[in-house]
Amino acid sequence: MSKQQPAQFINPETPGYVGFANLPNQVHRKSVKKGFEFTLMVVGESGLGKSTLINSLFLTDLYPETVIPGAAEKIERTVQIEASTVEIEERGVKLRLTVVDTPGYGDAINCRDCFKTIISYIDEQFERYLHDESGLNRRHIVDNRVHCCFYFISPFGHGLKPLDVAFMKAIHNKVNIVPVIAKADTLTLKERERLKKRILDEIEEHNIKIYHLPDAESDEDEDFKEQTRLLKASIPFSVVGSNQLIEAKGKKVRGRLYPWGVVEVENPEHNDFLKLRTMLITHMQDLQEVTQDLHYENFHSERLKRGGRKVEIEDMNKDQILLEKEAELRRMQEMIARMQVQMQLQMQGGDGDGGALGHHV
Amino acid sequence: MDPLRRSPSPCSSSRPSSPSTPPCEMLGPVGIEAVLDQLKIKAMKMGFEFNIMVVGQSGLGKSTMVNTLFKSKVWKSNPPGLGVPTPQTLQLHSVTHVIEEKGVKLKLTVTDTPGFGDQINNDKCWDPILGYINEQYERYLQEEILITRQRHIPDTRVHCCVYFVPPTGHCLRPLDIEFLQRLCQTVNVVPVIARADSLTMEEREAFRRRIQQNLRTHCIDIYPQKCFDEDINDKILNSKLRDRIPFAVVGADREHLVDGRCVLGRKTKWGIIEVENMAHCEFPLLRDLLIRSHLQDLKDITHNVHYENYRVIRLNESHLLPRGPGWVNLAPASPGQLTSPRPFKVCRGAHDDSEDEF
Repeated sequence: MSKQQPAQFINPETPGYVGFANLPNQVHRKSVKKGFEFTLMVVGESGLGKSTLINSLFLTDLYPETVIPGAAEKIERTVQIEASTVEIEERGVKLRLTVVDTPGYGDAINCRDCFKTIISYIDEQFERYLHDESGLNRRHIVDNRVHCCFYFISPFGHGLKPLDVAFMKAIHNKVNIVPVIAKADTLTLKERERLKKRILDEIEEHNIKIYHLPDAESDEDEDFKEQTRLLKASIPFSVVGSNQLIEAKGKKVRGRLYPWGVVEVENPEHNDFLKLRTMLITHMQDLQEVTQDLHYENFHSERLKRGGRKVEIEDMNKDQILLEKEAELRRMQEMIARMQVQMQLQMQGGDGDGGALGHHV
Repeated sequence: MDPLRRSPSPCSSSRPSSPSTPPCEMLGPVGIEAVLDQLKIKAMKMGFEFNIMVVGQSGLGKSTMVNTLFKSKVWKSNPPGLGVPTPQTLQLHSVTHVIEEKGVKLKLTVTDTPGFGDQINNDKCWDPILGYINEQYERYLQEEILITRQRHIPDTRVHCCVYFVPPTGHCLRPLDIEFLQRLCQTVNVVPVIARADSLTMEEREAFRRRIQQNLRTHCIDIYPQKCFDEDINDKILNSKLRDRIPFAVVGADREHLVDGRCVLGRKTKWGIIEVENMAHCEFPLLRDLLIRSHLQDLKDITHNVHYENYRVIRLNESHLLPRGPGWVNLAPASPGQLTSPRPFKVCRGAHDDSEDEF
């Protein structure tokens, strides 16, 4: 969307001009009218700043009442799924954004089951879409499939934790994973580089498929190519979130105020927040496409392979029933024929007796 | 030793004057105060021992903190934060150093616990730690009940356990609560908020209040324990500390130049976090607690309370009370029995009575 050319409506009288160069504008107008839908899932241990980051990214307050559960409640809690939808409009373009939060992830002492809830939620959305798509009225399919998952990695570890690896391997075939290093203001620059490298090495070692930004096409301008290259080099993004306005160097910026300095959220030297935002906005369409073309298709084929057999069984049952009924009919017909023969014999044996008997059947 | 500052005497076995003996009037200086100097000389000759254990998830800066506390490279192996693969199970790793300052020798043993709380299933991850602590008590007990004892029993008992709480900013996690509940009955525990440079001042205070509330709700008795305050001075000093625990600490072992001074700190693009600056973090409070003011107290409580609890349980279990001088037959403890000793708070004075029976 950042590479739009201004609408050029060339004079139709120009010789050799057919007019389909105007198609992109038509698509653009239609999509603006329709609006965009995007579902973003955030997963990570509690206390990593997920809510703050989401609020910072979309400059909204999706979590107005941050009720932090007490320690006693945390012990009994299992992972829950909380989806909140918000409609954001900017310059006439409407975005219906759904953020799926997963409180309780990673909190329990034994986290073996904590991602089952999340995986079943993702599958459920795919199932719903599949059902809608196979239905009769396909006009207004609501797309609630999860298009992107921000996975928050703790900056305090030495890389990925066993839970991180297990979770990512469980969902990398279902959703686009974008790993994010949270609370990046606790790391110095060197530590950040080391951690990023270590995470990338571990991702490769465990064969985890994270979302890869598509390379810029050769016909794009240099700036865009450079931007894409920078973005690709910074994965995983190390971010800091905040919606508080702090006074720094004479102007008000969003940041965090410490006794030793101010961390500015939108300063590319301090953290990768801007890069994350750029990536999300520029590639929102691509994320949706990959979800549709790759993850959904995977789910689709898996489901039909499983579900197909179910349908066959039902047909088989019907066939079986038909066959059985036919067999029964044949048996009854044979029985009747035998009885008729018997009657005939009896009639021939005893002439005077009920000739009428034979016709009872 | 500064005689003006009230500090507990190094020989804890000295009998305090019972309330019934009245103080007697002295007619002139006798020279009793010279005993302090004699104690000092003896203590310096013998040297001090201090065993500290650091527990927390990997990456919370435990190794760095220990290096910062003792201003030396206690951990000579891998630098923290670099390519250490998470061990599959909890391991305990001890290292001993002798540090010297102005003629005072300190034999410092630091036990690290890599792999704590890092697995997917962290159930019972505190068992190896409890087992280690009880093992040290057992070792001391076995030495103590020998007929011919060594002059100075080597003390490997853990005097203090520093528990590193990750700076989530919310409250204590279920794992933290389980661990603290079990360990506070066996050893002196000092919780700290690790990597506190990720929290602003307001977040820090709110987090601290919530942790204190959690500790109260779950009846977790951390060091300094209220019931062991001996007099009003202790109470005042310790109350101030209790108000600030858990300390929000930052560890660093690199030096940087700030305003012409060389300070230990972390350098970031937006400023330098000075570790020893009270406005930045509370590391000086932790250092003072562990080394400058409460080191001897930690050892005393370990010896008089935690070790005594352990000893009582062991003696009860072997159904053999001491019958006379030199007669004790104690079977070695089986590991399964002692992972969670029942809380049996013994007052400090009782230690003297049982010594007599022996």
